[in-house]
Amino acid sequence: MKAARDGSPTAQPLLGVANVSKTFGGGRWLLGARRAAVRAVDDVSFELWPGETLGLVGETGSGKSTLGRLVLRLVEPTSGHITFSGEEITGLSAAEVRRRRGAFQMVFQDPFGSLDPRMSVGALIAEPMVVHGVSRAQIPGRTEAIMRLVGLDPRSANSYPHEFSGGQRQRIGIARAMVLTPKLLVLDEPVSALDVSIQAQILNLLMEIQQRTGVAYLFIAHDLAVVRHVSHRVAVMYLGRIVELADRDLLYGSPRHPYTVSLLSAVPVANPATERERRRIPLHGEISSGTAIPSGCRFHPRCARARLIASRGAIPTGDYGAEKLPLACLQQEPPLAPIEPGHRAACHFDSGSQADMVPGPLT
Amino acid sequence: MTAISTGATSAHAGRLSQTAAPVLEIRNLSTVFPGATRPTVIVDDISLTVRRGETLAVVGESGSGKTMTFLSALGLVPHPGRVAAGEVLLNGTDLLRLPPEELRRRRGAEIAMVFQDPLSSLNPVFTIGDQIIEVLRAHAAVGRASARRRAIELLERVHIPDPHRRIDDYPHQFSGGMRQRALIAMAIALGPKVLIADEPTTALDVTVQAQVLELLADLKAESGMGMVLITHDLGLVARYAETVVVLYAGRAMERGPLDAIFERTRHPYTVSLFRSIPHLDTPAGTDLTPIEGQPPNPISLPPGCAFEPRCFLGKGRSDCATRRPLLEPIDGTDHLSCCWHWRELASGRAGP
Repeated sequence: MKAARDGSPTAQPLLGVANVSKTFGGGRWLLGARRAAVRAVDDVSFELWPGETLGLVGETGSGKSTLGRLVLRLVEPTSGHITFSGEEITGLSAAEVRRRRGAFQMVFQDPFGSLDPRMSVGALIAEPMVVHGVSRAQIPGRTEAIMRLVGLDPRSANSYPHEFSGGQRQRIGIARAMVLTPKLLVLDEPVSALDVSIQAQILNLLMEIQQRTGVAYLFIAHDLAVVRHVSHRVAVMYLGRIVELADRDLLYGSPRHPYTVSLLSAVPVANPATERERRRIPLHGEISSGTAIPSGCRFHPRCARARLIASRGAIPTGDYGAEKLPLACLQQEPPLAPIEPGHRAACHFDSGSQADMVPGPLT
Repeated sequence: MTAISTGATSAHAGRLSQTAAPVLEIRNLSTVFPGATRPTVIVDDISLTVRRGETLAVVGESGSGKTMTFLSALGLVPHPGRVAAGEVLLNGTDLLRLPPEELRRRRGAEIAMVFQDPLSSLNPVFTIGDQIIEVLRAHAAVGRASARRRAIELLERVHIPDPHRRIDDYPHQFSGGMRQRALIAMAIALGPKVLIADEPTTALDVTVQAQVLELLADLKAESGMGMVLITHDLGLVARYAETVVVLYAGRAMERGPLDAIFERTRHPYTVSLFRSIPHLDTPAGTDLTPIEGQPPNPISLPPGCAFEPRCFLGKGRSDCATRRPLLEPIDGTDHLSCCWHWRELASGRAGP
């Protein structure tokens, strides 16, 4: 299952995101009090290639869900450009977006909350086809075919969502998203509401659908093991920015941004012997808020590497409370820069060596 | 205080041996809810032991009975359910036979529980401090001023920054991780012998989860309390537990020391759980093996083993389908399996 990236020089990304930002709020309340603006997504750029899965990880407030909605134009970017198959979609009217909606679809976390309980499964799956003007004659056949694709028995087309288990309801959600044969599916926490024993059924299904149809996924999740399992490349977000973006094995095998290192070290693995050897790289302090993004590198208040580098001396430092941090971290926003083929990270002090930062071997 | 608890080993040892004294023993506990034709058994003959300074992990999916086991143990089964059989010995005293007033006193003072969702466990109209002070004063004759001092100490103990000021905050002013730590402060306020943490970090981000669980581990090491960690996350079990019990359909499928459960797994359900989730420490791209079928409905469990319809070892086998296996020791050890065919797992040939 090799995605069509790094292909010929003329190859075109399916999705191009260039310097996209989204600010919520701001302005003033009715009585003139200033409203805090939240920079949910801040100058994010990436590409997604046909047939590829890009994993998007980050914690609460990282902006990963907002980014998923921006890509589908479910929310409007404050600035930046998004292209889909080479066509700019940022300037399109709502009607024009709707006309293209079949090509990019979304699957939500809560399979129950996103299905109308009064509609039968057949009607739920047919609905997108009706909306997009698929001819009536074709609808029953395509409904049956898509139900088979997602592993639902076509004979259950007359049943209602409450008659299905959580895993089957997520299959219905995937069927609805796939029925117009989209090129891109944005999956927002598609398995996190499911029981452990059911998650594998859905993950295997998604990978099988991708192999059969070549659909690309933007896979948003907080579970780092799940994201590793399904993704070709992975982007890590922190407070609205992508801080690291790399091929899957590079990101998990040799993470370079100190936030990624801390994040991976915080995930416990199901092996007692490994756990006894592993070291956690804790984050300092409490999470910063999207209304008060720190100056310079936004990760500096929590960064273990910045403290280590400052303690070694030989570079200009500045005060952060009672602590000393490198001046660069306090003053300059590091760009997401290439550090090796297939690997970008946004850190002033990426040395390539993880000697002081690794949590211990995983394998 | 009984002789048992004073004879325990050092509370500062990281992972205690099996010789630490039991603080909580649940014996043959069963809880039923009335059904249309016959009662539905939600907790089915569960036995387990929590030792001083140790963490017992209770692993299971939703509906496996893991929360209900401990609600039953604390006399908190929601109406119309009831405990039908069993004993819950806290330092030798059977909680189920105590008068309600006495049980209420011991709950909180000697055995406390922390729940998954910190926001719904806190009252939004009272400050964090008021809620901790209420716990302290409900159980002991302390003045308001000294209760407040103690509450600040407790918030400091759970690493709430600037506790003198934050004690007067309302729950919505705390982050999710801070709310969960405030709840832990309330749970440890009276120095319980056993702390039951029910999915304490499921709603939290992974870095915050690590903070909260390390806090719990520190508190346990300092006080020597026994801990129960109810979770579906096998990684958390590997990192924080000493012993494990795996539940399915209200029944214990496998029980034993951590290393035995992870390295010499002897129940096909446990094996399937491991193989159905992606792991960070296995080669990328390792296939997942889903557990086929759906979780069981407690109203109509299979007549034999509850896992039989989904089991790679036992599906369709006549003994598994008709006779219910018992949780029995493997070769006389403290590792127990509830499976007719665990020997086939021991031989290494069977797999899903």
